[in-house]
Amino acid sequence: MAAASSLHVAAPVATPRVGSSAGNRSASAARVVRVAAAGSGAARAGGRLVARAAVAAKENSPARAASKSDGHEVLLFEALREALIEEMKVDPTVCVFGEDVGHYGGSYKVTKGLAEMFGDLRVLDTPIAENSFTGMGVGAAMKGLRPVIEGMNMGFLLLAYNQISNNCGMLHYTSGGQFKIPVVIRGPGGVGRQLGAEHSQRLESYFQSIPGLQMVACSTPYNAKGLMKAAIRSENPVVLFEHVLLYNLKEKIPDEEYVLCLEEAEMVRPGEHVTILTYSRMRYHVMQAAKTLVNKGYDPEVIDIRSLKPFDLHTIGNSIKKTHRVLIVEECMRTGGIGASLRSAIIDNFWDYLDAPIMCLSSQDVPTPYAAPLEDATVVQPAQIVAAVEQICR
Amino acid sequence: MAPWLVRTSSQLARRAASRLLSPSQHRRHRAPAPWILCSVPPVPRTSPAAGGGLREFCSVRGFTGESSAAAAATAEDGLAGGDLQELDFPGGKVSFVAEMNFLPESQRERINCYRVLDDDGRTVSGSKFQEVSKDMALKMYSEMVTLQIMDTIFYEAQRQGRISFYLTSHGEEAINIASAAALSMDDIVLPQYREPGVLLWRGFTLQEFANQCFGNSLDYGKGRQMPIHYGSNRLNYFTVSSPIATQLPHAVGAAYSLKMDKKEACAITYFGDGGTSEGDFHAALNFAAVMEAPVIFFCRNNGWAISTPTAEQFRSDGAVVRGLAYGMRSIRVDGNDALAVYSAVHTAREMAITEGRPILVEALTYRVGHHSTSDDSTKYRPVDEIEHWRTARDPISRYRKWVQGNGWWSDSDESELRNSVRHELLQAIQVAERMPKPPLTELFTDVYDEIPSNLREQERLLRDAIKKHPADYPADVHV
Repeated sequence: MAAASSLHVAAPVATPRVGSSAGNRSASAARVVRVAAAGSGAARAGGRLVARAAVAAKENSPARAASKSDGHEVLLFEALREALIEEMKVDPTVCVFGEDVGHYGGSYKVTKGLAEMFGDLRVLDTPIAENSFTGMGVGAAMKGLRPVIEGMNMGFLLLAYNQISNNCGMLHYTSGGQFKIPVVIRGPGGVGRQLGAEHSQRLESYFQSIPGLQMVACSTPYNAKGLMKAAIRSENPVVLFEHVLLYNLKEKIPDEEYVLCLEEAEMVRPGEHVTILTYSRMRYHVMQAAKTLVNKGYDPEVIDIRSLKPFDLHTIGNSIKKTHRVLIVEECMRTGGIGASLRSAIIDNFWDYLDAPIMCLSSQDVPTPYAAPLEDATVVQPAQIVAAVEQICR
Repeated sequence: MAPWLVRTSSQLARRAASRLLSPSQHRRHRAPAPWILCSVPPVPRTSPAAGGGLREFCSVRGFTGESSAAAAATAEDGLAGGDLQELDFPGGKVSFVAEMNFLPESQRERINCYRVLDDDGRTVSGSKFQEVSKDMALKMYSEMVTLQIMDTIFYEAQRQGRISFYLTSHGEEAINIASAAALSMDDIVLPQYREPGVLLWRGFTLQEFANQCFGNSLDYGKGRQMPIHYGSNRLNYFTVSSPIATQLPHAVGAAYSLKMDKKEACAITYFGDGGTSEGDFHAALNFAAVMEAPVIFFCRNNGWAISTPTAEQFRSDGAVVRGLAYGMRSIRVDGNDALAVYSAVHTAREMAITEGRPILVEALTYRVGHHSTSDDSTKYRPVDEIEHWRTARDPISRYRKWVQGNGWWSDSDESELRNSVRHELLQAIQVAERMPKPPLTELFTDVYDEIPSNLREQERLLRDAIKKHPADYPADVHV
């Protein structure tokens, strides 16, 4: 996968923690650097004042690193690991549960080396019972820990649905705020390379309805690290969606500590003609299509929505008010996916700004097949994105 | 045998030996303390890779993937030992037998049940139990009576339409109170839903119970849950969550947290006979054993899961035999015998904490009441069976006989207690009933730590709707 990563001006970003108990985090909070909001004011999702990452340059200008040091290159799974290590060093309540996360280092090497660093009490290998180790995470969180629960594949977390929906999402509410569940549930999902239907699930479809959960999807090493840190520090249960095919993406990330905002979308490529909303792996298909579109004279604005629940309607809205045309590109199935909800939210909030019906490119409502040409046909490809933009902009 | 194979296997053997012989730092892995009140059969330590006590927290890096080499090694050694051939497989050594022997599906006799008091409230001769002081004994008794009265009156209140739902713990008062009495306030309680007595013991007042049942503005749950879904972080009693057995993995997680903090406390979780069929039961027991988590798994085997009798719930000898399957120490106890329950939980707690292990306690009892106010159990079980257990086998009367036999309680104490509890409860219900319900804002708070913009928007829309059509919304809810 070409590293057509977001060309960030790599300024560190801070998320001040408004209104939640900092506890033993006060030391770390002091080290995080604040950056003034760029452009149009700060996002106010979740009632928090949020400093934004500086806006990305257009695609054909060279990337600039505005940080003090040069930064270092990492693969995406290493970025996730860095985040875990940093948080576990600072906060002794952060722990990791999952299958083969300990001495094996995790199926995708995200937890490699952690058991040696922190011991096998804090990096716990669990027997194969997703509902139960997720439940264990809920119980530990209610008692004051901050577990990071790994599903070896997101699809397996369907077994944990009961604990995630009924307990994770609800116990803070039903206990009257007496018990909180600051867990992070993470793992790889999405369509891989011929992994078969059961290993190609898009769990964001299923989970998006659960009240009390937050969902984010990372797509670059930079946002993977920042989102993982933010998710661990959040007092709410957060589901962090990683993608099987993105773990080996390479990017230079800052040496300084940074945390991203969970509720914020990422401007990948500003433009004027159409707003393309996407996330995770589809971001790369969109950027590939963008190259073609630029050659054809179009100027698409590409936003990686990152926050799947709640949507960053501030960033999305500003974009729609500028371009008046929307294309959603997702990996979810047509029925009941993130695209379906996003479309509905846009219609509710920005109807007056639309000059064309919202288009949504999704996977078909079929189980993901194994055969390579069939699998490719079930995932939105750049050519379709180009055609859709041409249609919208007619 | 290829020479390289022999060399490899002796390397393995040497590594294994050094792992086994390294001295343990953990006090938890010494031989069990001399348990005066019970005997613990010696745990066979034949297999190095399985269940060995001399290792780091639950990391068993034994013979995985090296079984063939190890097998080759032992095959050489084993022959020297005579008739019994042993073989190493992943998991440890096993002896061979030349006959097929299927383990029977059940033992000839059921596992024995520990009891201290006979039906007349006298201690069985030769019984060993944890002594209780007079004050403790009386507190246990009066809380059992309080629980019984509370259940009766709240049940009546539901029948009168004053609360929407209730379920009683009739017949399980000894389980509730005696187990709670054997715990410390630092122990974390993860209930199913038939254990309000544990909360009562810890200091939850009748008013607090009533507030939750009425879902008023003083309810700690802020009116968000059905009645009987109590919770109190102050009293270390996790909020009741309806789905069956989901609290069992929670208990393992809570115990894991205690273990991390090295606290002198355990987690205890309660569930019924029906709950043992859930997947979470299996996995939680398995996890707890593997992780050596200090949890007490307390099964209230009361014979019924709504209308499903235990004969249709499982074919094993109750829940107690399942402990062995997971490598967990277990005991069966007479759940209607307050002193037996007290002793068993007291000892289980000590074992769990000092040895860092889970314990399974199965308390045999009978669910005297209906499953809940939505159930009429006379539809599926004989009325005289219910009556028999309600009267002749009542745990409260039985314990009362013992307390009175010691000269600690009288009939006038009894009527005074019952009257005062009844009075206090009726007061509490009146107060709770008149208390306003939680305001509308509480519909949207605590979904997250802070209200996000979409929920604020939804709240605004709701307020607008109420303003426009006030007659269509209840007048007594503060907007």
